[in-house]
Amino acid sequence: MSILKVENLVKNFGGLMAVDHISFDINEGEIFGLIGPNGSGKTTTFNLINHYYPVSGGKIYFKGQDITDKKTFEIARLGIGRTFQVVKPLRRLTVEDNVMAAAFAREQSFAGARAVAKEMISFCRLDKWSEAIAGGLPIAGRKRLEIARALATRPSLLLLDETAAGLNPSELDEAIEIIINIRGKLGITIIIVEHIMKVIMSISDRIHAIAHGATIAEGKPEEVAKNPTVIEAYLGSDYNVENYLNA
Amino acid sequence: MAKKSTKDTALVSKKEWMIILGLVVLPFVFNFSTYVQGLLVIMMIWVMLGTSWNLLAGYTGLVSFGHAAYFGIGAYTGGLLFFHFHISPWWGLLLGGPAAVILGYLLGIMVFRLRGPYFALGTLASAEILRIVFGEEEWLTNGHNGILYITTWTTKYPYYFIGLVLALGSIFTVKAVMRAKAGYYFLSIREDEDAAQALGIDTMKYKNISTVLSTFWAGTAGAFYMIYMGFIDPEVVFALHNISIITILVGIIGGVGTIWGPALGAAVMVFVQEFFRSAFFGLAPSWVSRLHALAFGLLVIFVILYLAGGIVGDWDIIRKALRFKRKTEIAE
Repeated sequence: MSILKVENLVKNFGGLMAVDHISFDINEGEIFGLIGPNGSGKTTTFNLINHYYPVSGGKIYFKGQDITDKKTFEIARLGIGRTFQVVKPLRRLTVEDNVMAAAFAREQSFAGARAVAKEMISFCRLDKWSEAIAGGLPIAGRKRLEIARALATRPSLLLLDETAAGLNPSELDEAIEIIINIRGKLGITIIIVEHIMKVIMSISDRIHAIAHGATIAEGKPEEVAKNPTVIEAYLGSDYNVENYLNA
Repeated sequence: MAKKSTKDTALVSKKEWMIILGLVVLPFVFNFSTYVQGLLVIMMIWVMLGTSWNLLAGYTGLVSFGHAAYFGIGAYTGGLLFFHFHISPWWGLLLGGPAAVILGYLLGIMVFRLRGPYFALGTLASAEILRIVFGEEEWLTNGHNGILYITTWTTKYPYYFIGLVLALGSIFTVKAVMRAKAGYYFLSIREDEDAAQALGIDTMKYKNISTVLSTFWAGTAGAFYMIYMGFIDPEVVFALHNISIITILVGIIGGVGTIWGPALGAAVMVFVQEFFRSAFFGLAPSWVSRLHALAFGLLVIFVILYLAGGIVGDWDIIRKALRFKRKTEIAE
């Protein structure tokens, strides 16, 4: 069943076509990868879905409902959570207070919000930082705080924007595990933007590749990785796909 | 900032009950002169104003430079009812708050589109416009002649206790709100408005809620000022420096984003101002009295440089500094 359907999405900033007639349809329970070179419009697509920017054209449907013109906070309340590529912690609050602020989206009481916050903090393995001031966290902690906070709003669809960027190899493995658990244990559909191939190739069910704001391929990870247009636009023309797939 | 330890406990902690008790028995223990009694009443008004400003600026991140607008409207609500209809200004105490809320909502429609410094300038301009309008429109406000009313009591103690109840009302309103959902939403808006929206927070709505609470107490403070002083004019109650700016300084000295900070800031402000104004209570030559603004300014600069969290916010630093000193004295 379709959970998010994007039809001919367009966004232009002045003369720049940042998103050029992109369409995709995401099924419930899917992990959907969005890839493309720097500046290809991945984050802009996210910003259109949660109405951080208004669209220049096209429609967005969430569970069959037209959400194109809904406000950011309304979209969050409907059940689309997101993380920010440039993390936005509530700096002077503790990690727990950060997640609690998010939990109040569904909980009315202090105790209820706190219980949800605790659950999501341990789900994202932030327990040891729970009392720390968010502004002082290392990057791995801040990335996970982004996820914990988004999860605390109890979304049914989660938009992950480069949550693995800047992590070291062991942190990366942990991040992948958390993302897999988000679908496996919490049953949340995920759209993921990621530059690190190890992450996106290993966890996505389907991948949608864009370049210069326009779609260039969509399909299973191995199909997209073999697609010549993708290789040329995204991985570079001298990239040997076989090396990668055998790795 | 938002420490968890406070939220599990009762709304009024044991320490706070002690403070309240202390403030209630204070006038019975000491035989204060009328002059000191008057200072205590004025202090209560500043507690309300500082606390009101702190909710909006300290907790919600909406730094108002125009709290005189709400204070002035609160004062003039009772004042105008008396002036035009000979209704007791005590009604102002009931209506001054709501009048300020309505004004706050109307101004909010304009200034909430602005962020950061532009918001501050927007609020500053609003208060200045009101000061000028209330000064010029004599048919409505009696202009610069002001409004005079013979106060109900000549003794100050009734005012002290009413002021105390109101001041505590403002403090515990803020404390209760900051322990609930709304408080978390205010803090989220202060820290990052875009992140707040992505968390499902209707930022406009919660800015308005914060404004309603803040302006209510600012207006009530103004209404109480009218009743107590028995005289208001636009230059006094809508004053940029003497109301709007001092309100901010009260918050900064005590501690922005702390429950009791503004109350402490108010006490310090009233004390420092009177200490200088009275030329160290008459011990120094009279020209010292002209330094009160300077002294207060230097105090603010000191706090901003060394105690950015204010007296309450940086209490740990102050305590450590005092302790360190004592230890070195012993060592010597």
